[in-house]
Amino acid sequence: MGVVKLRKNFHQAKWDEPIIFELSTPGERGILVPRVEREIEKLAGNALLDLPPHMKRKAPPSLPEVAQVRVLRHYMRLSQQTLGVDVNIDIGQGTCTMKYNPKINDILAKSPKVTELHPLQPEETVQGALEIIYNLDLMLRELSGFSRFVFQPGGGSHALYTMASIIYKYHQVNGNQEKDEIITTLLSHPSDAATAKLKGFKVIDIPPDPETGLPDFEAFKETVSERTAGMIICNPEDTEIFNPHVREMTEIVHEVGGLCAYDQANANGLLGIVRSIDLGFDMGFYNLHKTFSSPHGCGGPGLGAVGVVKSLESFLPVPVVDHDAEKDFYYLNYNLRNSIGKVREFYGVFPVVLRAYAWIRSLGEGGLKEVSRVAVLNNNYMVKRILKEVRGTEISFPKTPWRVSQTRYSFQKLREETGITVEDVVRRITDFGFHLWTSHHPWIVPEPFTIEPTESYSKDDLDEYIEALRTISREAYENPEVIKNAPHRSVIHKIEDMSFFEDPEKWAPTWRVYLRKHKSKGRYEK
Amino acid sequence: MVENIVKNRAHPYIPNSHPRVQKEMLQEIGVSSIDELFERIIPRKLQYKGKMNLPEPLDSEYLLKRHISKVLSKNVSCEEYLCFLGGGTWPHYVPAICDEIASRGEFLTAYAGEPYEDHGRWQSLFEYESLMAELLDMDVVSVPIYSWGHAAGTSLRMASRITGRKEVLIVDTISPERRKIIENYVEPHLKIRWIKHNSISGLMDLDELKKSISSDVAAVYFENPSYLGFIETQGEEIAEIAHEKGSLVVVGVDPISLGIIEPPSHYGADIVCGELQPLGNHMNFGGGLAGFVATRDEPEFVREIPYRIFGIANTVTEGEYGFGDVAFGRTSFMVRETPGESKEFVGTATALWGIVAGVYLALMGPHGMREVGEGILKRVKYAMKVLSEIDGIVVPRFKAPHFKEFVVDFNSTGRKVKEINRKLLDYGILGGIDLSLRFSELGESALYCITEIHTKEDIDRLRDALENIVRR
Repeated sequence: MGVVKLRKNFHQAKWDEPIIFELSTPGERGILVPRVEREIEKLAGNALLDLPPHMKRKAPPSLPEVAQVRVLRHYMRLSQQTLGVDVNIDIGQGTCTMKYNPKINDILAKSPKVTELHPLQPEETVQGALEIIYNLDLMLRELSGFSRFVFQPGGGSHALYTMASIIYKYHQVNGNQEKDEIITTLLSHPSDAATAKLKGFKVIDIPPDPETGLPDFEAFKETVSERTAGMIICNPEDTEIFNPHVREMTEIVHEVGGLCAYDQANANGLLGIVRSIDLGFDMGFYNLHKTFSSPHGCGGPGLGAVGVVKSLESFLPVPVVDHDAEKDFYYLNYNLRNSIGKVREFYGVFPVVLRAYAWIRSLGEGGLKEVSRVAVLNNNYMVKRILKEVRGTEISFPKTPWRVSQTRYSFQKLREETGITVEDVVRRITDFGFHLWTSHHPWIVPEPFTIEPTESYSKDDLDEYIEALRTISREAYENPEVIKNAPHRSVIHKIEDMSFFEDPEKWAPTWRVYLRKHKSKGRYEK
Repeated sequence: MVENIVKNRAHPYIPNSHPRVQKEMLQEIGVSSIDELFERIIPRKLQYKGKMNLPEPLDSEYLLKRHISKVLSKNVSCEEYLCFLGGGTWPHYVPAICDEIASRGEFLTAYAGEPYEDHGRWQSLFEYESLMAELLDMDVVSVPIYSWGHAAGTSLRMASRITGRKEVLIVDTISPERRKIIENYVEPHLKIRWIKHNSISGLMDLDELKKSISSDVAAVYFENPSYLGFIETQGEEIAEIAHEKGSLVVVGVDPISLGIIEPPSHYGADIVCGELQPLGNHMNFGGGLAGFVATRDEPEFVREIPYRIFGIANTVTEGEYGFGDVAFGRTSFMVRETPGESKEFVGTATALWGIVAGVYLALMGPHGMREVGEGILKRVKYAMKVLSEIDGIVVPRFKAPHFKEFVVDFNSTGRKVKEINRKLLDYGILGGIDLSLRFSELGESALYCITEIHTKEDIDRLRDALENIVRR
């Protein structure tokens, strides 16, 4: 074992960096644009004169003028003030699956054979790209049991929207006008409900049983009717209690002619352990930027790969990638009879597809199972130690204490005993170089926080995080002020006035608005 | 012990795969094995016991790199062939600084942290919003979304919620890809009526617009430049016709044009959307897309944006900026399905491409944006001129000013675009998009794209190749 050290002397990079507009010095240039050749100049003349005067921009955009090295330095500093997986033990952003993003995959994704491809090139010039897309589809079929995957959706919510669209179209094609309800659960991701609503469905949220935390099975049974178009749920939900009734639930929905869609954002503990098809789902998605190691990019580009059973293949967004084995030729197939159309231009974020493909190839079947086994081991190890050693913590729904690969805890007791809220702890833990995330809304669990250790962190890493929680808990009981006024060693201090984000008179969504509404308080006047 | 070390092939991505560590952790948990742990979590009957048909692992980084490089070598990139394809993603120059920042591990691997520990991420995205706001001359820009198509769908649904109306009018020259996206996105809430274009100029048929506009219309949507490359010059008239009936004007725009062309807010747009890929993002086989949505700083508009908006505020320390979510309560993160009409959804989208677009605008500044726009305009004029000198080729197909794309009409050559494009490959050229399928009324026509990356030599090479192909 290595040494477990709580970073009491940690301090995040703090450059006190101005806003880019404040760096502007008229006359400086960040980059020069290629000039046109003399012959073109001669022939084209002042091409601007060809524009009707009313379409010609009168005043140039008020963009800053900053020399190249200053732009670089500015953004380098901002990057240093950001806590990515590469620099922290990123287990506090539960539900986000902040695992290691292998650097080799980034290097491969930066090849000009990836970055400089146009999607409408002739198929014979992009055989390598199509082969990777096709083979990742085959691999995800093995993991899930589904028949076909598409890669157009750019994230989990986008994938949920795609699935809601498929359910909508399926019932439309089959003339099932009465089917206008989607069942989800209150502890499934908010987008499960929001995307169903987007497609015009009435949404029914099944609440959790207060004892077990599982979706209330009786309430669910009563809800299913001829109006049920489908069910869109997570399993496990963000509490990470695996639902033992899931197979019965999908059967009940099928009995009334509904479709079952699986939100597999929380799949990291299930690779090779549970297959979606065996739970009775008709479709599902995997987040390639979570479970399959592609980096999250501050919130994308991500990718939610949607898979469906054979009978729903014709509903997928076009195109899909097919392989002519005889000619060994990969091609785009637009011929899907009931296709919902498209959810994004072209075929999805290819660099993310490539990284996921590389990740699976580096692990194989045994490695993928080991990922899930260790993710589950890590999580349950943390549960034991946190509950034992961090005063004021409880696990959500303690009657079902065994969790898959993440856990939702509660600081309710800490709050009752010390007055310290989870939001206070969220700020304080940044002083040790960590994230901590609460929960999606609504907060079913009071004072919630969610930890997802994944497979990427060593026991020492987990122990360090636990030590931070222990220290903060101790502070809460002995010296709560240090938490209430946190952060102290982060990039910035506490926001002064939160009404800046709610009051239309004060909010400043862009710099120009800030100058207009708050100029006297800004640093703008040099 | 030495032998164990020699044999140890623990996976480098999984620190705790060593049996000794696992044993210690299992002891802490109080179970004897990981299998036993799974028995307690997942009913045995739901566990998969079969074998997956996956390829054997490439169990070293070297072999992995070698394998993937070999597969990728089958691709021909636009660095190797001369690319004249656009139509939704375009070959523009990506400054080295954009690549450098996009590759920074801290940005690349961050996700959803709070304004305190992810301050740099919040500031970068706030700056992205602010830089785009200047380019568009609009006050509010959200954190980016998947693509132009999705952003257009959102803009139309926003307009519907703001006006309480259920019909939208869209000009029929928009991108076929976006058309499919919008159709699915507004179904079943909104009815789309397609407005014809003038067959000579390509511009929106204003008579048809006047006939179709009514107090049921939430928004009129058109794009600038249009998918077919020409500039829609009637923005003001369209806006006047729409506003007179209380309808909103939504315009999709290519931001690379805005150093020289008026932003839509200047000719009456209420909501503006478009694509960020041209601003410093690689094409990535169509994966470099990111959409933006912009509008005015009026609560009834801002509250209908479904995406996150990062705002600035002061902290308790003098002179220190902090950031936070503006009106977070409007997003699906807070309200889930909403009791009334759907307010759409928000989730992981394309933040990093947005940061890069910000870096690009910071590098370019007002002069860079003017130069790039002017240069494209001139190259396009040159290209249209030299191509039009080829017998049988009509270019541009539409009589209107063009920006970076234009339709080349091959009908009089007696050749099919498909055949021409195949032959162009022999010259190392990726010819323009074949329009014969999706704009059948144009017959054998192709959409060509010229940007700042194309030199005179490149354009002349295209002319010579086309001349040879058409002549034979």
